[in-house]
Formats: sequence, structure tokens, C-alpha cells
Amino acid sequence: MAEIKEDEEDARPPRISRDSSNKEKNSGRCVYINEGDRYPDLYCNNRVSNTKYNLWNFLPKNLWEQFGRFMNKYFLLIAILQLWPLITPVNPASTWGPLLLIFSVSACKEAWDDYNRYKLDKQANERMVWVVKKGVKTRIQAQDIHVGDIVWLREKDEVPCDMILLGSSDPQGVCYIETSTIDGETDLKTRVVPSPCIGLNSELLHKIKGIIECGYPDRDIRRFDANLRLFPPFIDTDYFPITVNNTLLQSCFIRNTEWACGVAVYTGNETKLGMSRGLPSPKLTAVDAMIDKLTGAIFVFQVVVVIILGFAGNAWKSTEADKLWYVHYPKAAPWYEFIVIPLRFELLCSIMIPISIKVSLDLAKSMYAKFIDWDLHMYDEKTDTPAVATNTAISEDLGQIEYILTDKTGTLTENLMVFKKCCIKGSCYGDSTRDAVKDPALLRALNENDPEVLKFLTVMAVCNTVVPSRSPNGSISYKAQSQDEEALVSAASHLRVVLLNKAANCVEVSVLGAVLEFDILDVLEFTSDRKKMSVIVRERQTGELKLLTKGADEAIFSSVHNDQQVRRVAEIVDQYSQMGLRTLCLAWRDIREEEYHDWSRKFKEASSSIVDREWKIAEVCVLMERNLELLGATAIEDKLQDGVAETIESLRDAGINFWMLTGDKQLTAAQIALSCNFVLPEPQGQLLYVQGATQSDVGASLERVLRTMQISSTEHKYQDVAFVIDGLALEFALKYYRQLFAELASLCRTAICCRVTPSQKAQLVHLVKSWEFRTLAIGDGGNDVRMIQEAHVGVGISGREGLQAARAADYSLAKFRFLKRLILVHGRYSYNRSAFLSQYSIYKSLVLCFIQIFFSFVSGISGTSLFNSFSLMAYNVLYTSVPVMASVLDKDIDEKTVLQHPQILKYCQAGRLLNPSTFAGWFGRALFHGAVVFLITMHVYVNEKSEMEEVSLVALSGCIWLQAFVVALETSSFTTIQHIAIGGNLVAFYIFNLVASTVKWGGMYTIMFRICSQRAYWLTMLLIVGAGIGPIAALKFFRFFYRPSLINILQYRERRARVTEANATSSSNAASATSSGSTSSSQRAAQDEESSSVYQPLLLSTKDRTKRQ
Amino acid sequence: MFLLFFILFFLLDSRFTQQELPACKPMLTTGWVISIFMAVGVLFIPLGACALNSSKKVVEIVDQYETVCIPSAGTKEARVQYIQDISTAKACTRQLLVTKNMAQPIYVYYELHNFFQNHRRYVKSRSDQQLLYGNASESSMANCDPQRLLAGKPIVPCGLIAWSLFNDTYSFKLNSVALAINRKGIAWDSDRKDKFGGSVYPSNFPNNYPAATNGSIIGGASLDPNTPLNANEDLIVWMRTAALPVFRKLWGKIERDLYAGDLITVDINNVYNVYSFHGKKKLVLATTSWLGGKNHFLGIAYLVVGGLSIAMAMVFVGIQIKCPRPLGDPSYLSWNKNKGRDLNTSPATGVHFEVCETFMFLEVKVLCS
Repeated sequence: MAEIKEDEEDARPPRISRDSSNKEKNSGRCVYINEGDRYPDLYCNNRVSNTKYNLWNFLPKNLWEQFGRFMNKYFLLIAILQLWPLITPVNPASTWGPLLLIFSVSACKEAWDDYNRYKLDKQANERMVWVVKKGVKTRIQAQDIHVGDIVWLREKDEVPCDMILLGSSDPQGVCYIETSTIDGETDLKTRVVPSPCIGLNSELLHKIKGIIECGYPDRDIRRFDANLRLFPPFIDTDYFPITVNNTLLQSCFIRNTEWACGVAVYTGNETKLGMSRGLPSPKLTAVDAMIDKLTGAIFVFQVVVVIILGFAGNAWKSTEADKLWYVHYPKAAPWYEFIVIPLRFELLCSIMIPISIKVSLDLAKSMYAKFIDWDLHMYDEKTDTPAVATNTAISEDLGQIEYILTDKTGTLTENLMVFKKCCIKGSCYGDSTRDAVKDPALLRALNENDPEVLKFLTVMAVCNTVVPSRSPNGSISYKAQSQDEEALVSAASHLRVVLLNKAANCVEVSVLGAVLEFDILDVLEFTSDRKKMSVIVRERQTGELKLLTKGADEAIFSSVHNDQQVRRVAEIVDQYSQMGLRTLCLAWRDIREEEYHDWSRKFKEASSSIVDREWKIAEVCVLMERNLELLGATAIEDKLQDGVAETIESLRDAGINFWMLTGDKQLTAAQIALSCNFVLPEPQGQLLYVQGATQSDVGASLERVLRTMQISSTEHKYQDVAFVIDGLALEFALKYYRQLFAELASLCRTAICCRVTPSQKAQLVHLVKSWEFRTLAIGDGGNDVRMIQEAHVGVGISGREGLQAARAADYSLAKFRFLKRLILVHGRYSYNRSAFLSQYSIYKSLVLCFIQIFFSFVSGISGTSLFNSFSLMAYNVLYTSVPVMASVLDKDIDEKTVLQHPQILKYCQAGRLLNPSTFAGWFGRALFHGAVVFLITMHVYVNEKSEMEEVSLVALSGCIWLQAFVVALETSSFTTIQHIAIGGNLVAFYIFNLVASTVKWGGMYTIMFRICSQRAYWLTMLLIVGAGIGPIAALKFFRFFYRPSLINILQYRERRARVTEANATSSSNAASATSSGSTSSSQRAAQDEESSSVYQPLLLSTKDRTKRQ
Repeated sequence: MFLLFFILFFLLDSRFTQQELPACKPMLTTGWVISIFMAVGVLFIPLGACALNSSKKVVEIVDQYETVCIPSAGTKEARVQYIQDISTAKACTRQLLVTKNMAQPIYVYYELHNFFQNHRRYVKSRSDQQLLYGNASESSMANCDPQRLLAGKPIVPCGLIAWSLFNDTYSFKLNSVALAINRKGIAWDSDRKDKFGGSVYPSNFPNNYPAATNGSIIGGASLDPNTPLNANEDLIVWMRTAALPVFRKLWGKIERDLYAGDLITVDINNVYNVYSFHGKKKLVLATTSWLGGKNHFLGIAYLVVGGLSIAMAMVFVGIQIKCPRPLGDPSYLSWNKNKGRDLNTSPATGVHFEVCETFMFLEVKVLCS
């Protein structure tokens, strides 16, 4: 390499004219290497900013966001109306206080989060990095990096922006990075210096000049299409294509490499990471939606009440109030007079929608999430992973799941691949007792230097992206992105074909002790469309060119040369699949030198194209991957996780429908589906296949399957029918036969979709969602992320394929089997609790509101508030909030019972605890209780006792007493906390009011002492409780005994079981002799059964079911 | 707040984090329920009887006088004109016969009907600050309109309530001998001490200058400018507004026993205007019981609730005898009953459940019939 003179350097780079900068706008950006300071304003600097607000816009922006919600707008409107003293029934502080409190709490939370983001950003922005400025290496803050700057990094450094690698300490130009912050994958990835730059020493790298063309910034972290051209005196060649393999993306870490340097191409918030950032839109649960609907209904009711009372009030005023000389209405009324009374009633009724409902729901939701985080039953000791609820707001939805769409590999299975069997040139190795690596026949063949076996093993060892790393003691460990590849390479090394070393474009393999070296010329990477990968290698010793290929059977079979018989291998592959093994076919072919030359040019062209690169490459690859010589097939086992079958069975009993979406083969998928209870085996269950390679085939097949399904559902021939569809057929079905497919899917509780792509997975989730079902998607890998984000609830398994899915998910679990507990226990309880909490919150406000409305009829419909400001404010905030919050600990039935009778989940799925009719019940109860409190108070406190402040406090305490009893009546299990909350709250109410009654300037001065000393007061309270609770309790008990819900039956059984458990067990021996006929309806027989087995499963179908392995 | 405290406390407890706190789950049995309802009945009925009894023992003499104390003929307008005419004397004599022995203290109330002291315009029309300190801030007096200012100066005490103070007066004779009425101690002590100022004197009070009102509406009583507010117990009593349009206010106490056959003559100065709005005025002499005045409601309500409670218990007993129903019978779990049928039904489970429950309910009816 020639030395560069200063003047040359200055003269060389072409000036950017106005034209060229315009051109940039069209095709992306041109980055001039080492010219960072030249056009500092063209691109943003490297200042990272994740903050949502700054100091100036925080208040307006935050308020704007908070007032985006209907409820907040409503509260603000009410609070503003209250500022008008003519209409406000109470002190405006009673609304402004809580409102400001709530707003400032959520604003503070936002501000705190934003401040933390700001601190992290600041840390990243002010980190010092070495950057070449004017040919000299200087240390600057990371935020001052400009596009075009050359950045130097050392081992363990974090990459400050998106860069193209120009040099590394490795002579081959390899650099290792860890990308866990981007995609969650913890293995080391290799990045290589583009070949024109290989071998440049650090001095030259200070002076390097060139141009990089790259696209506009985007968020795809797996693609990077750019071209590099160096200016003379560096190799002044054509454009050199740059892929993601030549890049260092922001926030990766440099590992195992002493130093690396690169040129910044995307900076600041324009990096791949910066672009893909952004908060996902919040998910709204079905419960939230229902609450919104009910709140809307209440609002309508409120408006109706206001209009009616407003009219009545105005009418009364014009006819009666004028005669009341002591009210002294002015003769001439202002123009707005007619609206005053309606607005007064609006304010009086405004507590119908309490501010507290949102606060208590949010609080409860974060409790549910905490319970999930804390749950030791969902903690995996082996990997030290607890369950994590990333999204704290959607726990109720877990209890309402109707469809689960699950990935297979890594989710249902361990993703721990073991090389089980193989088939080499028609002979099979490995059987049920022995893995292939221990098969004596294979070992014998190996010892005999069978060339076919050696070819086979060589492909296994070379055709992959595995990185061998040698530990100090000489043993070699493999790091791979794909578990299958790792299994293949390890198996090959067990068979003495060891992958020793892998540099940028050279592989060393020891074959039976002899070291062979291969130059890797090209890697035809695996894509989900091609379903195969190949490498083109040149054997160093012989100079022979070879194409080594591995891939899915159909992908390989179609490119095998014509005269070869694939029948035998295809049969074996089918056999393997039926055993639930994952199969791959291996093939190779020799390449002539000139053929390669031709092809290589085309390949290069394709790889350097900026538009449609992937598609163009795939087209070129087809040219090379043909006329293959089929070597054989491998079979890898992926074991099922523990408890998968039981989990799926319980969840299916709970009425949840399962769809399996997998990239695997049809047969493998079907086999796994059978072994994990997706479908019952043959006599009871049936799998129907939707197949076809063309549109019409698929259509016909769909119709046929649908007909079968309809017949079987009317004849009850099978208990269980499922359909199986593959990716291709699915594409046709979704495109042309959507209606038919929807019909089919609605008939089927189970579906198996195989060979589907990530986007098809997301499409399917979207499809099921569009039928108004609550969906849960569960997966473990990057290919599941889209599906997880699409579903109502996304669950990620933090497994071997990295944390990508777990990061994107709402909940992350260590094992699939925890799903059962997550849904049945946490989901169900959360739903039940929120259902109670929300309806109760509205109920308690309604009670107070109804009293106010009733009172308006005895106060001349003038809008007088019976209660004073302090009571109104404290009622929702202090007096009634605590007992209801204790209901987040309530359990209607035990966890154990729920897990035993998963069917009970159907109550939650159907939304039976929170719907307009249950709410109507609460509404009626509020009306009844309001009437009870009002009538009793107004009839006891008459004549000389009829003093406003006293009556007000008597009515209020009547409400508080009722609330305590209502909460107690609706609570199923009383822990210490509930006792304290309910009882303590009542005591606290009195203490509070007694204290308030000592304040001389307050309106309540001495009132509480006064009424507490009246015997009539206590008799009134007792009467209110008796009259208010009696009918409700009677109704509840009647239902419990004579029209029990399924929950009631289980509650009763569970409680009786506990009593019998506590009693002597001796009686059970005698009783167990009598047969336990579960259909007997006589009490005696039922009791016998009770005592004979406390936790006998009630589910008859479970007994019938034969467990399959 | 309380909850947060307890949560913090329980956070340390793994039983809390695992939701495994020992819980008491009351077991409902029909026996329990029947006993509870019986117990409520057994408690309520004697209480009711007791309350009713004591209410019945209260002796009350009620005399409605607003129609008899006015020239009988005449329209509403004529009555209003009569009552508003300051020049005519409006004395009126009523005779009350004591029918039962009344033990002291005997309370004298006036009772007003159809008088909305709880009207929103009225109930707020006062300034507590002014009542206690004499002078008050503008904002505290804002509610007093239209009785806030007279001739540009603040009215003390301001507002509609004070302005409309009841001003009928009574003088009693027992069997032609003057009967002493104790007019002290009728207001709450706390009001006299802490709510009404001892150094606040009525001033600029419109009722004291009937001429200044230009012949428009005349309010109620005039206030002696030399009596501090806290000494004017009638005003203090009146300012405790009533929650209902029918109310009694204490006017005085008779501190001697009255006997059956005693004749009480009351000279009423009937000047308060209730004729504009068809109100009623009554004079009440009453004793009290441990529950207060005469009010049968509490007693009757207790008897009714207690009776219903026992009836409810009986209903439960009846159903239990006629149609015993095994509780927690697994055969009532729908998935056992409808096994096989529901497996092929559509995933919309809700419908299925409804059917099931209706079925269950019908079954109860069949069993019972």
C-alpha cells in the first residue's frame, strides 16, 4: 500500500455539489469516510435521546396526555364547573384535592421514569470514545460523533453508534460482538472487516478515505444493505457490498477482540436501535373495555337524571319557590338562570363516576403483577428465572383467554437438541436404544473409511455458522445461533470429524485425525423462504470446489439431480418425522471452476444491490443449488418440556382452544401434537389435513375437511377433531378462502399449522382476534415476537433461543407448564377481583348519589347537598377505599380446587362476573341501599332532631356501615388483612369524624359526639344494616343453596372437605366401602362420596382419557 | 394509607407474597343461615317493641294555629296582606287541655310545615365567620346575598336565615296562673360558646328598620342591637337549619309537671308569615323518652324487619324440609352432567352455561313440586 501524501488526501474526495446532496435524498445517504466534521448539519449528531419530555414541555405535554382519556376529561369538567360558586354544592377543594393528587402522582411517576431515561441517555452520551479527528486520534464524548467519523473501540467497549467495521486486531479481520442488548441472544457473533480493508494497519486506518452508500435509516436489525468504495491509493475497486456481517450496531459489546474500528454511518436516534425504540401502544383488557362501557352507561344515566331533575327543579322554582319569601329569589333573573339548577344537579351527581375507581384499579393491577412476580410456583430453580409480568395492566385478560397460539420448538419442547438418528446412502443408523453416534454399525463404517460416511460428516461439520472456541485446556466448545447446528457439529465431533477452527474464510476440520483446511468462498445463508443453507468451499490441499448444502427435505429433494432416487430417503425422513424428530437432509456437489466464476459474479452483483437484495440473492442461489447429490438425512430429537401434556390438557378442559404454529414439518408437528394432548389419539380424535400446492387444490381440500368436520360434529363420531395445514396451503387459504377457513377454524378446537413463517404466525393471531376471541400467544424465539406483540396477551418463554421473545412479551415464564398457573390461578383471581372492585367502586358512589337525589326531592329540587364537602371528599378517598383494596387478597375458591377443576375458568371467559346484567344487580343494590339509608334516616330524624349536620352524618355513617357489611358479604376468604381492613375501617371512620368534630371552625363541630351519645343513632345504624343487608343476604343465600353457580358448588365442597379433614378420618374408612356413584342426587350418597375422597377429581373425562407418551 | 402500611408489613411475610395467608372461610350451611335470620328476628322484635312502647309513652300536645289565628274568611292574598300589615295587632288566644300527666321537663316547640330551610339558596345564606367575629371577609359573606348589605353597609348577622328568623311569641297561663317558661338553654352550648360571638351585636339589621325596606318583603324577627348574638338563643336555634321541610324548633322549657285535666292558655302573637306558601304553624308541648320525642317509626320498623327476618328463616326451613338439596353435589357440575355433549359445541361457552343453569333451576322446581 502506497503512502499517502497530505496534498493528495485533500484533493481526492470529490466535492459534494448541491446536486449530489439532492441525489442523496433519493437513494439514501452517502457517507464520506473520515470526513465527519465536513457537513455537521447534514445528519444528526450521536446524541441519544429516549426522553419523552423536556423541562419546558413536560407540564403541557403530560397534561395533554392525561386529558386524552375520557374519564380525566370528565373529572376536569366537573372540577371546573365547581369553581362557579352559584352552582357548586360543595367546596371545590373536595374535587380539586383528589384530582390534583391523582394527576400529580401520575405526572410524578412519568417524570421519574423520564428522568431515569434521561440519566441513562446522559451516561451514554457523555461516555468518552476515541475518534479520529483530522487524522489524529482524540478522545471525545460519544454524543459528538458525526456520521463519517472513524471510531476506535477496545475489547468490552460498547458500540456508540451504528458503524461499518473497517479494521480489527485480528489479522483475518474478524471481530466478535455480543448483541444481547439488541436481540437478547447471548452467544458471540462474528463480524468481518470488508475485504478491501483487511490488512490495513492502524496508521493507515487513520487516513483512510472512501465513500459508503447506504439506505435511509430503518429499524431492521437483520438487514444492512450498503456499498463501500475506497478512494485511491487504497484499493480503488468497484463497490464492495456491505451486509449486516460487516457492521457494528449501537449498544453491542466488543468481545474477544483487542481493538476494532469503524466508520459511523447512523448516529443518535437514527441508529437501528434508536429507530426500533418507542413505546408499544398500551393494551386494553376486556375488563377495562367493559368498565369503560359501564362508565359510559352511568354517564348517560347521569345526564338523564340531570335533565329530569333540572326540568323539575326549574318548574318547581317557577311555581313554588316564588312564594317562599324567605328564599328571596330576585325579580329579574340573569339569562343563564335556567341552566343553574341542571348544572347543580350535574355536580351533585358527578360522584357517580368516582375518581377513585381508576386509582384503585391501577393499584390492584400492580398488585396482581407483583403476585405473579413473587409466585414461587412459577420460579424455575434450574435456571434461576422467576416469572415476570412486564405489562402490569393486563392480568385480567389472562383469565379470559379463549385461544392459545403456541410455538412448538423451545416452547413445548426443551429446545435441547440431541442427534438421534441418521440415514447415509440408504442405511439407517441409530435405534430406539442407542443414538446414532453410538451405533456400532456407524462406527464400523467410520473405521473402514467409508467415503459416503465421511462426506456426510464433513457436510455436518462444515456447512453451518457455528463458531468453535477453544478453552485453555484444549477442549473445544461450540457456539451456535441454531441449536440444530450445534447438535450436528457436536455429533460430528463425536464421530471424529471435528470442527477445529473457523476464521473469516477458512475452516479447519480434523477428519479422523487428519486436518483438512477449507477456504469458504461463499455462504448462501439460510432464509425461511429457501429453507436451506449452503457453503461453497475450496479444499486447500486438492483445490477442489464443493457446494455443501443442508436443509429441509422438500427443499433439498427438489434440487437433487434427476437420476438419483430420493424415494428411500423420503420414506425414512417420513418415518423420522412420525417419531417426532426434526429432520434435515444433507447434499453436496462438485463445482467446476469456470461455473463458479460465472456464478460468483452474479452472486456479487445480487449481494451488492440495494433494493430487493434478499430476493435477488435467492434467485442466484437457485442457480448454484441444483443437481445436488443427496447424501442422507439427519434426525434430531427435541424433548418435550416437563408437564406440557398436563398443562395443555387442563387448559383445554378450561375451554381454551389451542393452535400450534410451528416451522416444523407436518408429521413432526402432528406427532408432537399427539404427545402433548393437543388431540386425542385415533379412536376419539381425528386429524384432518388441508393440503394442496395450488389454489384450487387447497380450496377443494378445505371444503372436504369442512364437510367431514360438520358431519363429525353432528354425529359425535369423534370427541376431538383438529385440522392440520401447512404454510403454503395456509397462504392460499388466507388469501382466497378466508370465509371457508374461518368457518373451519370456528368448528375446530385445535389446529396445527406447520411450516409457517413469523409473519404468518402474526397473521393467524390477527385472524383469531378478528373473530372477537381473546388470544394468548406464547413463544420463545425471535420468530415469535411478532405474534406475541399481536396477541391480546403475549407470553415469552425465556429459553435457549435468547430473551428476544421474553423481552417483547407481556409476561415471561421459564417453562411452558407455568402457563397453567398463570392463567388458572393468576388470571382467574385477577379477573374476579377486578370485576368486584370496579363494580363495587361504582356501587358505593351510586349509593351516596342516590341519597343526594332523594334528598333533592325534600329540599325543593334546588340542588342542596345533604353531605358536606369534607364527607364527600373523604367518602371515596378515605372511608371506603381501604376495605375494597383488601379484596385483592380475596380468593373465592382455593388455588388447588381451581387447578383441579379448570372448567371453572369458563365463568371468567364468558365474562360472567362483570357484564351489564351483574352490573344491573349492583345498580339495583345501590338504589335499594340509597333508599334504605335515606328513608330510615329521614324518618328517625324528624321534628326537633331534623338538623342538617346531624342528619347528614347519620346518613353517611349508615352508608359506611352498609359498605362494611357488603364487602364482608362479598368476600369469600378472610385473612387478617381483610379483618383489619373491614373492621379497622369502621373504627377509623368514627375516629376520623370524632377528630373532625373537635374542630371549632368546622361545620361538623361537636356533631359526631352529639350523635354518638344518642341511643336512637345506634338503633338507626342497626336498623339500616338489618334492613339493607337482610334482603341481599337472603337472596345470596337462596342462590347459594338452591340455585348454586358452579363456583358455589366448588366452594361448598372445598369448605366441607376442610371440615371433614379436620374431623376424624376414621369415618372415611367405613364410608369408602360404599361405592361412590357420582350421579346419585340423594344427599346421603353425595355425603358418602364427600367423605370417601376429599380431593377426588370430579372430572370424569380425565379418567377416561388414556395418557399417551 | 392503612393498606400501604399493612402491605409493607406483610411484604416481609412470604405467606403474603405467595397469597397463602391463613384465611378464614366461613362455611355456609342452611342451618347457619336459618339461625342467623332467627337471631336477627329475635333481637329486633323486642327492641322494636321496646322502642314503640317508649314512643307511645311520650305525651304530646299539638295545636295548629295559623288558620284559627287569622280572620277566617279571605283568600291567600288577603291573609298575606293581613300578616304583613304591621299596624294591626295579631294577638290570638288558644286553650290547650292536658289529657295525660306530663313529667318535667316539658319542651315547648314551634313546628313549621312546608318551610324549606334546606333550600339551597337558603341553607348557604349565612356567614359563620361574621357570626363569630362580627366582621367577615367578602368571600365569607358572598353567600349572604341578597341580605348582605343594607344601604351599602354589611348587615350583621347577614343572610337569609337570620333575616327570616321566626318571630311568633307565646305566653302561657296554667289554669289562669302565669306559667313560667325557661327560655334559656334552648340552644346548643357549643353554638353559644364557639359559633356565635359574645361581642357581636346586631347592626344594620333590616328587620329593625321596616320602613327602610321600601314596603317590599318584610323578613322575620327584629334583633335587639344591645344583645350579643350568643345571648339570642332563638336566633342560634333558628340558624341550625332543618333537613326536612317539616321541623320543630325548641322555644322553651316548662320546668314543672303537668297533670291530666290541666288547662293551658296560650297568648300567641301571630306575626310570622307562612300564608304566602301555604305553610302551617303548630305549637307543641311534649315530653321525651330515651329515644327522644314521639316517633313510632323506629319501633314499627324494628318490628317489621324482625318479623320479615323470622319469616325468611321460616321460608328457608320450609324449603329445606320440602325439598332438601344436597350441597356441593358433583353431579351438578355441568361438565360432568353434559359430558360428551359439550366437547363438540362451539367455543362460545357462555350459551352452554346459560342452558345448564336454567336446567338446574327447573330441576329444583320439579323436585319441589
